[in-house]
Amino acid sequence: MTDKPLIIVEDLAKTFVLHNAEAATIPVFQDLTLQVAAGECVVLAGESGVGKSTLMRSIFGNYLPTQGAVKVWHDGAYVDITQASPHEVLEVRRRTLGYVSQFLRVIPRVPTLQLVMEPLLENGVSFEEAKDRASELLSALRLPQAHWDLPPATFSGGEQQRVNIARSFIRKYPVLLLDEPTASLDAENRAIVVRLINEALAEGAAMIGIFHDLDVRDAVASRLFEVSQFKAAA
Amino acid sequence: MNAIPGRIAPAPLLSVEGLTKWYGHVLGCRDVAFDLRPGEVLGIVGESGSGKTTLLNCISGKLTPTSGEVRFDTRRFGLTDIYGLSEPDRRRMQREEWGFVHQNPRDGLRMRVSGGANVAEPLMNLGSRHYGNMRQATIDWLDRVELDTRRIDDKPRNFSGGMQQRIQVARNLIHGPRLVFMDEPTGGLDVSVQARLLDLLRELVRDLGLAVIIVTHDMAVARLMADRLMVMKGGEVVETGLTDQVLDDPQHPYTQLLVSSVLQI
Repeated sequence: MTDKPLIIVEDLAKTFVLHNAEAATIPVFQDLTLQVAAGECVVLAGESGVGKSTLMRSIFGNYLPTQGAVKVWHDGAYVDITQASPHEVLEVRRRTLGYVSQFLRVIPRVPTLQLVMEPLLENGVSFEEAKDRASELLSALRLPQAHWDLPPATFSGGEQQRVNIARSFIRKYPVLLLDEPTASLDAENRAIVVRLINEALAEGAAMIGIFHDLDVRDAVASRLFEVSQFKAAA
Repeated sequence: MNAIPGRIAPAPLLSVEGLTKWYGHVLGCRDVAFDLRPGEVLGIVGESGSGKTTLLNCISGKLTPTSGEVRFDTRRFGLTDIYGLSEPDRRRMQREEWGFVHQNPRDGLRMRVSGGANVAEPLMNLGSRHYGNMRQATIDWLDRVELDTRRIDDKPRNFSGGMQQRIQVARNLIHGPRLVFMDEPTGGLDVSVQARLLDLLRELVRDLGLAVIIVTHDMAVARLMADRLMVMKGGEVVETGLTDQVLDDPQHPYTQLLVSSVLQI
């Protein structure tokens, strides 16, 4: 572990330009600065549309920031996600930087257990170990064992979301971005996810999260971060 | 680019530079450049007529470009411009180190010989003569692409389109290529077969460390298969980057149009 911040966001700006809508420009934020240390969970606050998800996606390399840097501690050095080649970003995402969205997006007709094992298999973990860890995690998330051999397409929203969470937590990412991972879960399952998050934090993960549920937020947040303070002038 | 310190990026398997193809005064593709590493999947997207197939044919040695270079890290000569090789050397390299999966399996299969013979043929071309070994390898591959191995002696025409496509995939992977080209590999298939084939291709890429160049006009296929995307319009690459970044935050007007035109179900 390191005492350096695992995420450093420097002077970040993002403006969308919609070329097919008469080149409308939508400024979201500018000069945004944020650091997250190991063991810390920073929760993004502010109402809808303020740019919380945009910030998260910019950190993940899913959106292309207009300006600034996003440095992620990877393999003993900082990698600037905004400047790194696709190849490097994929490598950082494979071992360091995870993203849990609200939606499960996978190849259809693949059984759930296999979907959860896949991230480990991609990292070269043996089939048996991947299977053990996937089973363990799905059990912890209380997904009925009868579902494991089925593809998740017909599952309920909450069940799909737990599959999604399992796929992300199985890699034990040192840096994790959580975009409302508990949105469609009931109280009991939310508590399980909160426990997983807190375990990962205790092991030294750095996290940035969006949680609309105040109980979950209070249970995991080290501090709140107002995105609106960096609002870009329209 | 900020290289990750302490680790040397693996050398490219394929390096394309300034690739241009004119058909007389009609442009096929212009000034295309990219590198591809082992284990990487590159998607080429764009509407029909945008130059995707021209580009694929130029890169795969089927169509001599007007100018530019296609360098491949060949086993025998190292990183070499494939159009600088003699015809027999290039053909040998294509047979030994590449695969090409056509959109229509009929273009990639020999329809007069059995499915099993189609799968085994690349081994025979590479000098394998032990019938028992070849048959066993064929059975293994038919099994891997989930075809009934008892049908090894049936002719391709007696298989469905999806099965033919899986025979074609097996035929193009059995000899252990390092680079595989795919031209709309799931184009003519119904969606249930398409999903299964995509999963199979992903698994093979992961397990064998293959590099793949896949041409598709289906954005969903591109998202699930490709690490990186190249968007073509009018013969030129208008945008390139990480697949999810190009699809979720497209920068070029044409890519924005392309992405926003996808039907949601």
